[in-house]
Amino acid sequence: MVKVHEMSISQLKELLGKREITSHEITESLIERINAIDSSINTFLYPTFDLAIKQADEADKRIQNGEDTPLLGIPIALKDIICTKGIRTTAGSLILQNFIPPYNATVVDKLSQAGAVLIGKLNLDEFAMGSSCENSAYQLTFNPWNTNRTPGGSSGGPAAAVASGECPGALGTDTGGSIRLPASFCGVVGVKPTYGRVSRYGLIAFASSFDQIGTFGRNVRDSAAILNVISGHDTMDSTSSVNPVPDFMTNLGDSIKGMKIGLPREYFVKEMDSVISKTVKKAADKLSELGAEILEISLPHTEYAVAAYYIAATAEASSNLSKFDGIHYGYRTKDTDDIIEVYTKSRSEGFGSEVKLRIMLGTYSLSAGYYDAFYLKSLKVRSLIKKDFIEAFQKVHSIITPTAPTQPFKIGERINDPLQMYLADIFTVTASLSGLPAMSVPCGFTQENLPIGFQIIAPAFAEDVMLKIAYAYEQSTQHHKRSPSI
Amino acid sequence: MMSKITPEIVEKVAQLSRLSLSKEETALYAMQLNSILGYMEKLNELNTDNIEPTLSPNPNINVVRNDMVIKGLDLHESLSNAPESEDGYFQIPKLL
Repeated sequence: MVKVHEMSISQLKELLGKREITSHEITESLIERINAIDSSINTFLYPTFDLAIKQADEADKRIQNGEDTPLLGIPIALKDIICTKGIRTTAGSLILQNFIPPYNATVVDKLSQAGAVLIGKLNLDEFAMGSSCENSAYQLTFNPWNTNRTPGGSSGGPAAAVASGECPGALGTDTGGSIRLPASFCGVVGVKPTYGRVSRYGLIAFASSFDQIGTFGRNVRDSAAILNVISGHDTMDSTSSVNPVPDFMTNLGDSIKGMKIGLPREYFVKEMDSVISKTVKKAADKLSELGAEILEISLPHTEYAVAAYYIAATAEASSNLSKFDGIHYGYRTKDTDDIIEVYTKSRSEGFGSEVKLRIMLGTYSLSAGYYDAFYLKSLKVRSLIKKDFIEAFQKVHSIITPTAPTQPFKIGERINDPLQMYLADIFTVTASLSGLPAMSVPCGFTQENLPIGFQIIAPAFAEDVMLKIAYAYEQSTQHHKRSPSI
Repeated sequence: MMSKITPEIVEKVAQLSRLSLSKEETALYAMQLNSILGYMEKLNELNTDNIEPTLSPNPNINVVRNDMVIKGLDLHESLSNAPESEDGYFQIPKLL
């Protein structure tokens, strides 16, 4: 008999619909699972078990009344950078250690309306700044496939929680790869929607022209189910799109015969682990077997993406994080009566090392004398990278690449070398700079049984195309059925 | 074109960022910023003379809402996370 923690959202929904299980029982099972294993991976910052049981009981009543909503009775966890009314939200930072949001993020309200059960808040790199989850002020999260390895970041908590069966789905955020990289490292499906597809209201901002909320699931169908719930225009976020939202589950199962899929040569470089390029090329072969036409393409400005991204994103971060002043909310230093010192000391004591580095990097590139050479330059290169994709999408329907240039790296391996850490994002920042939807799909394992993912990038607002390809691939392979032995 | 990041530059940027750093931190950040900004110089290989900057990937133009009063957070909620508040105001140290 399959255990509750091994079941997908669609399996759980089916059992709930047939009244063979209750949401209360599902939630209790997952609480048991979390209590049993979380001390070895540390994904949960704050479980919300009491609330979860209460919400599960409400869901059970609604199910008994014959109601059905897309996630009714399904436990979901959130990266702890998404505001939850009355529930502590820290962004992984000491500066927000005691922050209790007075309102819900729009996605939290949407999950709640869809009947989801909130089971807890998950670990992340402080303010989502990192690629390994090692920058959390609170705890180190370990990769469930091998606890000497990082889960990737910044959404390391959500990726590891979903991979290890602590919850069947979770929300994360992706600024330069923070959903896709950990999804690849933990062997789950991670979807970053088009910029503007999902409201950012109530998401604690890192870089506002990049940040996007997205999904973690153990398969493509579950990911589409969650994406259906959280997408759509929101008057509270002026950057959210009014484009109509299709049902992302409708096209799953459609043939990909005749689709043109691009394989950009710039994403297969000699510096990367050869097992990654081999495995991703095998995924391309599989798509070809399924009837897609694989075309070699070129995205010529790819090698400039990490530099452009880290200038533009840190500039936005330095501006966004200037609101942490020790006055309105968050930590205030205790030992001064001078207002400037209140600002300076509160920030210096409240922010961690990487956050300070990024604030200074951003402040530097925005400052007089460097603005044109760094910040403006990065935005112009951003245009070139975006143009690469526009031209490529005249020839192909979507693009596939490796998600990460390496397998999951060891805890401590890169943390003292920020530039090496930034380079882990080399294949994910391009879609971020261009605002495009992109996702990571499990496509194999290394000899040491560490997961490998490949990335699918689609034109703006064509998540349905990307999900259709992902689903076709997944259904013809077995990788998503493997789970860590934790 | 790029000047090397000295500890003095780091101190200046820290001051602009309202951060205070120890000597060790200043030295560490000088080293890290040099390595990162050195890498960023790569962008100078590209001629971007006639390229428009991209500030936002999918820009919405002139987003306005209807001119209607909608309920926001009340005073109590707005102040609920303030380190110090009094009589419905944020409280800060004396300025004079």
